[in-house]
Amino acid sequence: MIEIRDVTKSYGSNAVVDRVSMTLPARGLTSIIGPNGAGKSTLLSIVSRLMPMDKGQVLVDGLDVSRTAGDILARRLSIMRQDNHITARLSVRDLVAFGRYPYSKGRLTADDVEHVERSIAYVGLNAFEHRFLDELSGGQRQRAFIAMVLCQDTDYMLFDEPLNNLDMKHAVETMKLLRRLADDFGKTVVVVLHDINFASAYSDHIVAMRDGRLAFEGVPSDMIEPSRLQAIFDVDCRVHAVGDTRLVNYFE
Amino acid sequence: MQADLKRISPAGMLLVTAILALVSMLAFMTLGAKGSWAFILSFRGTKLAGMILVAYAIAVSTILFQTISGNRILTPSIIGFDAMYALLQTVMVFFLGAAGATAADPRLQFLIETAAMVGFSVLLFRALFSGATRSLHLLMLVGIILGGLFRSLSSFLQRILDPNEFIVLQDRLFASFNTVNVDLLGISAVAVAGVTFVLWRLFPTFDVLSLGRESAIGLGVDHHRTVTILLVLIAVLVSVSTALVGPVTFFGLLVASLAWQITPTASHRFVLPIAVCLAIVTLVGGQVILERLFAFNTALSIVIEFVGGLVFIFLLVRGSAR
Repeated sequence: MIEIRDVTKSYGSNAVVDRVSMTLPARGLTSIIGPNGAGKSTLLSIVSRLMPMDKGQVLVDGLDVSRTAGDILARRLSIMRQDNHITARLSVRDLVAFGRYPYSKGRLTADDVEHVERSIAYVGLNAFEHRFLDELSGGQRQRAFIAMVLCQDTDYMLFDEPLNNLDMKHAVETMKLLRRLADDFGKTVVVVLHDINFASAYSDHIVAMRDGRLAFEGVPSDMIEPSRLQAIFDVDCRVHAVGDTRLVNYFE
Repeated sequence: MQADLKRISPAGMLLVTAILALVSMLAFMTLGAKGSWAFILSFRGTKLAGMILVAYAIAVSTILFQTISGNRILTPSIIGFDAMYALLQTVMVFFLGAAGATAADPRLQFLIETAAMVGFSVLLFRALFSGATRSLHLLMLVGIILGGLFRSLSSFLQRILDPNEFIVLQDRLFASFNTVNVDLLGISAVAVAGVTFVLWRLFPTFDVLSLGRESAIGLGVDHHRTVTILLVLIAVLVSVSTALVGPVTFFGLLVASLAWQITPTASHRFVLPIAVCLAIVTLVGGQVILERLFAFNTALSIVIEFVGGLVFIFLLVRGSAR
């Protein structure tokens, strides 16, 4: 369980995350949605202690993220960020192996190697494992970074817009993969998503943010509602039920 | 070129550079030796020890600086380390006079200079990293501007200096691998050993740091603490090399870029020792060629700065082309 208590982060007088309090349930897949500039990525960075908060507290399984030692937290919680710029020339395998650093501090054991191989296979990059990152397409790179998070094998996995750069096939495969992490391995997956239909189809729980604040939260069937979506995104849309899934048509 | 080099394993590359380094050391000690071996070995031995210390200090400080800044064309001199050394020397000659500065215990001078440079880097780092903006690039920019300030101050003081004293100062400011400061060898060796011990303990974090701040934190590295310690160690290493031979701007860049280029992996386990070996080859081998082929007609630092400058321009041009 991730408890976010009264977290505030401002740049100058502009609060990008404004007194947000919420509890992200353990296990299952939680999506964070909201328009650009709503503070989703900032909140995720604060939860994963990449960014200090001005006020408030974040507890992951009761551990305060701003006080707990980095390497202890790195075995509980991992994050994949939006922009992953790396100067070093790394192969896919090198990159994924970094996911084991919190456990092995750079000396891979047989167990670590197995984790690395399983993670690469999971995202379907076996054929590319010796390629350098700058020799991959955007989508393949994205999957390599996902594999690194898988390899870190933490109970909590945060993904900041993991579907960026991915085509339809890989976007769906990625979401299914995240779903499997939650269902088969009992992980807690938190994803920032832009495509509302992906959020609707794959989430157990949806959190909506707007202007740095928590707007709504709830299960997809409550959240995917024209009036709520209007309040979150300022967009008129219609919601259709297709099988068990509610799909949003916001094109008209 | 890269395609060919990929076939050599990292360990093989390390072996090749290590052998080259050994050969150049051996050549330096034995070539053209006439007269008493006891004298030659001790005379050349101290010079060699000095050059090895400098090679190690410059190679390691540059590689680590590039790792923490995430940039392959930066060197410690860019944040004003060299300029600060020149200013310290100038101030010393200015206020103590040439005689006073020469008479003062060089070890004491070394300690004061090192302390000042470490203090400078920590102050700069703390001031820029404790605020809201935690940007290494801001640190670089402020460093570049302070470097400019130091240089202007030095040149101002040099202009109003007595010409005789200025000659003494100039002699101290030109890097010379031929006149290694022997008085400082012992204390430099101790400083380098101390730095190496701390580096050894931090070694596993280097590769992770090269992934960038966020990834390093995500993997559990205390980024702020580690980078602060590394900057202090880099300051000590730069002090050692400048105190021993004087400021060399492009040497570190030359050696570091070559090391990144020829090492088939980005792992510091290989890049660091290969860079050190390359630095030894360049310095010691270069000195041999200079002494035996050109009969001391030119200074090694001039050659190295010339080649290093060319490499720097090449890297800039290639970087913009990509």
